[in-house]
Amino acid sequence: MSQEARARILHHLRQRTDRALSVPTSNFRVMTPDTPTREQMLERFERCLTSVHGEVIHTPAAQWTDALRDLLQARQLKRLLLPARHAVGVEARAALADTEVEPMTYDRPIEDWQSELFEKVEVSLTSTEGGIAETGSLILWPDADQPRLMSLVPPIHIAVLDADRLYPTFQEAMQREHWATRMPTNVLLISGPSKTADIEQTLAYGVHGPRELIVLVRHP
Amino acid sequence: MDGLMQKRATALQDHDTEALRDLGAAIRQRALSQLPDLLEQLEANCTRNGIQVHWAQDGDQACQIITDICQQQGARSVIKGKSMVSEEMELNHHLAEVGITALESDLGEYIVQLAEETPSHIIMPAIHKNTEEISELLHDKTGTQRSQDVDYLTASARAQMRQAFQRADVGLSGANFAIAETGTLCLVENEGNGRMSTTVPPCHIAVTGIEKVVQHLADVPPLLSLLTRSATGQHITTYLNMITGPRKAEEQDGPQAVHLVLVDNGRSDIYQDDQLLDTLRCIRCGACMNHCPVYTRVGGHTYGTTYPGPIGKILMPHLLGLEDTRDLPSASSLCGACGEVCPVRIPIPELLVRLRREAVDGDSSRPSVVRGHGVKRHWTEVGVWRAWAWLNSHPRCYRAALRLVMALRFLSPRRLGGWTRYRKAPRPAARSLHQHLLQRNRSSS
Repeated sequence: MSQEARARILHHLRQRTDRALSVPTSNFRVMTPDTPTREQMLERFERCLTSVHGEVIHTPAAQWTDALRDLLQARQLKRLLLPARHAVGVEARAALADTEVEPMTYDRPIEDWQSELFEKVEVSLTSTEGGIAETGSLILWPDADQPRLMSLVPPIHIAVLDADRLYPTFQEAMQREHWATRMPTNVLLISGPSKTADIEQTLAYGVHGPRELIVLVRHP
Repeated sequence: MDGLMQKRATALQDHDTEALRDLGAAIRQRALSQLPDLLEQLEANCTRNGIQVHWAQDGDQACQIITDICQQQGARSVIKGKSMVSEEMELNHHLAEVGITALESDLGEYIVQLAEETPSHIIMPAIHKNTEEISELLHDKTGTQRSQDVDYLTASARAQMRQAFQRADVGLSGANFAIAETGTLCLVENEGNGRMSTTVPPCHIAVTGIEKVVQHLADVPPLLSLLTRSATGQHITTYLNMITGPRKAEEQDGPQAVHLVLVDNGRSDIYQDDQLLDTLRCIRCGACMNHCPVYTRVGGHTYGTTYPGPIGKILMPHLLGLEDTRDLPSASSLCGACGEVCPVRIPIPELLVRLRREAVDGDSSRPSVVRGHGVKRHWTEVGVWRAWAWLNSHPRCYRAALRLVMALRFLSPRRLGGWTRYRKAPRPAARSLHQHLLQRNRSSS
């Protein structure tokens, strides 16, 4: 059935009633504005993210785990889901060893601990592949160590972003990092905590994804 | 709607809007001009990535494919992210017929489903309901405490849905764009339900129209920019979810099976005609609805079709045929606001005029690709116009007829149905304009 439909659809598209279509050119110049400075990108990123209730905490790279510890203590968060192998997770785990924080790792298939992930994890910590200044977005490439649901299921998501990995635009990020030749299973752009305006166009946060997104920006 | 209009205008301020719209139109046109090749490329790349691709000529066939996949999975429940194409083909109904429950997880769609209604807007499905109505609905159907607090109502729905995501056997989504170059599906959303639906259940089915393919990964940023700004006035939505395959062996979550169902349902007919083809450029932002004076006053349900508003008026005649949609192209004041805000420059007013002609034109000199064309053709109207044309091309007969009409002017009817309810009946003049001019010329010479 599907193969027959395929043949018919493609045939119908190829045998147009009107003449063959010409292929137009696309002028992408509008997508490449003047190159902003590092400070401008950081300022824009923070303004965009905070405008949608995201939170940005700046910290020297050498002391980022202090900022994390302070944050967790201030919010009284204990059950923290963090990467097992990525440096962000390793450093965080070491720094939190003598605190009340109870580290958890996503080291089993979701099917084996789904209800625990959904009901017990209070906060997750992930690394990022970078950020996009124009829209206040984080780039995440989920993998075996940092699966997709880490940035979706826990009510609070903390993401670590290195200041020197901020790109002016999405276009530039994807070009510079050659996405087209190496797309992974899943890529995410995250631009704030989840939200809806489906009830009388009134904005409400924390619908199905996290209700809080906190970005730790590490400065070298 | 005024709020959405203002948000769109504000969001587009920091861009060269016209150049961006030109780019958006060019990207979509470039994809459409190579559509069969890109669909094959998309299929090849998806297949290489582990996504199973299916083709459906119409909605029923697509429903059959999806039902078969669900049954192979032993599925009893499907959780839906958001998909207008699935509304188009009435998927929930088909699934229910074989005992499979389909649950909407987008908050607006969830509300609409509880109310047993259909969406009234493609971006904000429950825009026709106020807080009190929603509170009452959630109370009656789910036991939620009555409240005017939007945050409370949202949190209540969230708690209910969290259980549903975990129980669902299949997650169903649409796709805002399908990238031929990489075999990647792009989904745009704010709530996170789409990500839940495409990640938690063991099987993910994406269903989309054949026109949603774009050629390159690099085509996504401009279209994304236009889509989010035009739809809700945001620089970007909370989540852009790009899916290139099922879970790999070492990965810990994500569906083990990903399917892509490509649906024609009349789109390849639209594709046949150079002018009508523009309809397929649509990226479903909803801006034409938000700016339409007719839509903002009558609401989405009045149209009686899956897609309401200006885009509905130019699309539904193709998907359903003009027999069932004959009045849609006429439900417009042709103010042109929709054409002015379309992010990919679809000339909606011109297409409405074209479809009005299709509705009355039974001309066989050139084959029409619109199903049901000529449905509003009335033989009395055709006869009158033909007689008029004949009369005006035969001067002696025209003058004789004119004299006859003037001589019998007192016999013209005084009542003409509805027309004369508020107006006087027209009556031929004693002397024609020609005679007046002849008299005038004669006296001036």
